[in-house]
Amino acid sequence: MMKMENMSKVMEETQQNNSSRIGGVVLSLDNISLRFGGVKALTNISFDVREHEIRSIIGPNGAGKSSMLNVINGVYHPQEGTITFRGQQRKKMNPTLVARQGIARTFQNIALFKGMTVLDNIMTGRNTKMRSGLFAHALWWGPGRNEEMVHRKKVEEVIDFLEIQHIRKTPVGRLPYGLQKRVELGRALAAEPSMLLLDEPMAGMNVEEKQDMCRFILDVNDQFGTTIVLIEHDMGVVMDISDRVVVLDYGKKIGDGPPDEVKNNPEVIKAYLGGH
Amino acid sequence: MTNQLSSASTVGVPQTFPGYLLQQARLRPDAPAIREKDLGIWQTYTWSETLEEVRLLAGAFLARGVKPGMNIAIIGENRPRLYFTIAAVQSIGAVPVPMYQDAIASEMVYVFQNADIRYAVVEDQEQVDKLFEIAEQHPVLHTVVYDDPRGLRHYTQPQLLSYEAFEQLGREYGKAHSGFLETRIPRLSAENTASMFYTSGTTGQPKGVVLSHGNLISVGRTAAELDGIDASDRVLAYLPMAWLGQNMFSYAQWLVSGFCVACPESGSTIENDMREIGPTYYFAPPRVLEALLTHVTIRMEDASPIKRKLFDYFMQVAKVVGPALLDKKPVGLMNRLLYALGDWVIYAPLRNALGMSRIKVAYTAGEAIGPDLFVFYRSLGINLKQLYGSTETSVFVCIQPNGEVKSDTVGKPIPGVDVKVSAGGEVLIRSPGLFVEYYRNPEATEECRDAEGWYRTGDAGYFDPQGHLKIIDRAKDVGKMSDGTLFAPKYIENKLKFFPHVKEVVAFGAGKDKICVFVNIDMEACGNWAERRNIAYSGYADLAAQPEVAELIAQCVASVNSDLACDPMLASAQIARFLILHKELDADDGELTRTRKVRRRFIAEKYQPLVDALFEGKAEQFIETAVQFDDGRKGSISATLKLLDAKRFPPQIKRAA
Repeated sequence: MMKMENMSKVMEETQQNNSSRIGGVVLSLDNISLRFGGVKALTNISFDVREHEIRSIIGPNGAGKSSMLNVINGVYHPQEGTITFRGQQRKKMNPTLVARQGIARTFQNIALFKGMTVLDNIMTGRNTKMRSGLFAHALWWGPGRNEEMVHRKKVEEVIDFLEIQHIRKTPVGRLPYGLQKRVELGRALAAEPSMLLLDEPMAGMNVEEKQDMCRFILDVNDQFGTTIVLIEHDMGVVMDISDRVVVLDYGKKIGDGPPDEVKNNPEVIKAYLGGH
Repeated sequence: MTNQLSSASTVGVPQTFPGYLLQQARLRPDAPAIREKDLGIWQTYTWSETLEEVRLLAGAFLARGVKPGMNIAIIGENRPRLYFTIAAVQSIGAVPVPMYQDAIASEMVYVFQNADIRYAVVEDQEQVDKLFEIAEQHPVLHTVVYDDPRGLRHYTQPQLLSYEAFEQLGREYGKAHSGFLETRIPRLSAENTASMFYTSGTTGQPKGVVLSHGNLISVGRTAAELDGIDASDRVLAYLPMAWLGQNMFSYAQWLVSGFCVACPESGSTIENDMREIGPTYYFAPPRVLEALLTHVTIRMEDASPIKRKLFDYFMQVAKVVGPALLDKKPVGLMNRLLYALGDWVIYAPLRNALGMSRIKVAYTAGEAIGPDLFVFYRSLGINLKQLYGSTETSVFVCIQPNGEVKSDTVGKPIPGVDVKVSAGGEVLIRSPGLFVEYYRNPEATEECRDAEGWYRTGDAGYFDPQGHLKIIDRAKDVGKMSDGTLFAPKYIENKLKFFPHVKEVVAFGAGKDKICVFVNIDMEACGNWAERRNIAYSGYADLAAQPEVAELIAQCVASVNSDLACDPMLASAQIARFLILHKELDADDGELTRTRKVRRRFIAEKYQPLVDALFEGKAEQFIETAVQFDDGRKGSISATLKLLDAKRFPPQIKRAA
């Protein structure tokens, strides 16, 4: 297991390293508004995400964080505004297309197949990469078999990376919550994404599990150069690992910038401490 | 003695471990030598591949300036690459010093300074971080080679080298000096130091035990011959490399016998790996066997009533018939049939679940084993035997011969080893495996070895009428209570530890009028037990404080007392009072040794208020203790513990059956 003692030191190093590695804008959201009937979930929101950075979205409950992620992901289609991903401007995204373009995500409420093993669950993350037809896979013959071996190797690398070898063959439903979260991250990683959307990856975890998860997120970002968009409630975690933070409140953007700047933004403080 | 040994050995038989490696690579170049599971698949190195890896590493060490006699630290879990390193270090006449991978930096500093270690080969980032912490106090650290590069990309220390880069150095050295290994290895002799092992010791600073090639090879070979260990065997290397026991089974005997060693994927996959590999030769200290039994017990509690009935019935049959069958004693036809049936429905599946289906011989040592625990494994048809020895004696002193296995003795001395009991009751040993010296510590060496070469073990014991050695306890631990009753703490602790809900016990009573014990509950077993009874708890401390748990432990203590009441020697040495500790005893806090033995004296000092309160008869006591968290931070935990009286029984001469 990893030791936490040098955690903050490593985090700092990683951050410094990142600031030199962060590239241009890969995803840009312009004037996004999303309504469900009369309910305004998001109002006129614009922000961008740069290559290789860890970008957090924070805000009180109901601020519209998950809606924002769902807009990027193509689950929700905004009524106004445009989304530009790697130079292509769209009115709305489409989940399959998004997955094929290299964006993977995890969910706030774990969305795994409870009766399937960890290995099989992570294997489903390879779905978009599979080329052989149903028939070849069902017979486990020829190209289907060769392909599965390639995918299995990739999945094993993810298992090794997340240190979950001991539960490889365990059905997911039997695992504790913290490990299930890790498996979900594993499934997202199996897709070899260039951008990872994480919806509260640390909700409901104890301190140790959170530290482990932080470590994995930083490692993913560092080793694979994956861009990470993160929703999280734990302010300590967000301020520690993010490069830039967007703050939402009642569907509006009230702050955007590096953690230190956001921390001292009077509007953000007001939103968190109440007093409307 | 080593001289006698080397002159006695015939020409052509290697004298050193690197010599054996050359021999194995010649005899069986394509046979599997060592395996490890990587990305879910077992990867195999053959003997010839092993030799080539060792050649690269040996060249690399020479290229980096290692000289014969230097000490090289090796830190990590069991990995083929670290075993190659041991062989490489030995083949250039340097000395490998394996160290506990879970020891914290401050514990390692002493060893680095004492052995003047400048080179280290380690497994991963965790160890690298520790080494650079050590380097602050030990700036002569010259080279650190790491196996797993994960997380080390941004490290820029000039001492740091990846395993691959290190091997490249060796490749270049090999090109410039072809055949260097073949000319160097024969120059080594049996008297050369093979390895050095630091004993954590239950008291004081660790001591470096210097063992020669002759030491380890002579007893390793004798023991292997005694139990028919050969190249067809399979071993799983899962205990710390720094412990000579593991080194003997997965390095010394590996090279001598030429069998195949498998390294588990990670510390948490051992049970799975054991099932997959199916070792034929197995070693486990009592605590591991205990943990396995606890696991079986918990799973049986969760099983359906029919399965539970079957299990209980056939385990009763096995207890009576199994050990007798193993010892080849006469057994009635009916019992044979019942056992065969039991083997079909229970024993064989259980052996398979434990990964023990193919075991030819299994040893346990390190501590006394509870008789019930011992009989459990033997009754399943697993040939579990006890052996006696220590780091200083190269592991093997006594082994129980097949057919003469008893739960309360450690067997007979192996050929070539002399054992006698001194007038004071201490066990003395003379053996070709006896260590050369304690490193840079002549006083300690002299203190434990007399002019005739008898080594004082510090264990109290005697020979039974059949010539089996029986160990009572550590000589300095055996005491007397104020009324003169014999007090053997380990005996009481082991009796209580047999209960699955009890993880660790510390007994006090020397010079006192009664015996009091600290109990550590087993989190897994007690947690499962509590869940079954709908008892809510938030963590270890909370569970330990539950009144229902106290009642459960009180029953365990009472049952130990009722057993003691039947023993004429120990009837008045029953447990009077006990308490359940609020924290698990931990090696990081110095309460256990790295081999997980309780450091009784240290614990007595640390928990002085609790010990006093127990003997004073108080009902509860507040305690605050310093603890060290896994990440090295320090903190303290406090609790008010309940001190309870145990049920005691009047002495009985013989219990009516």
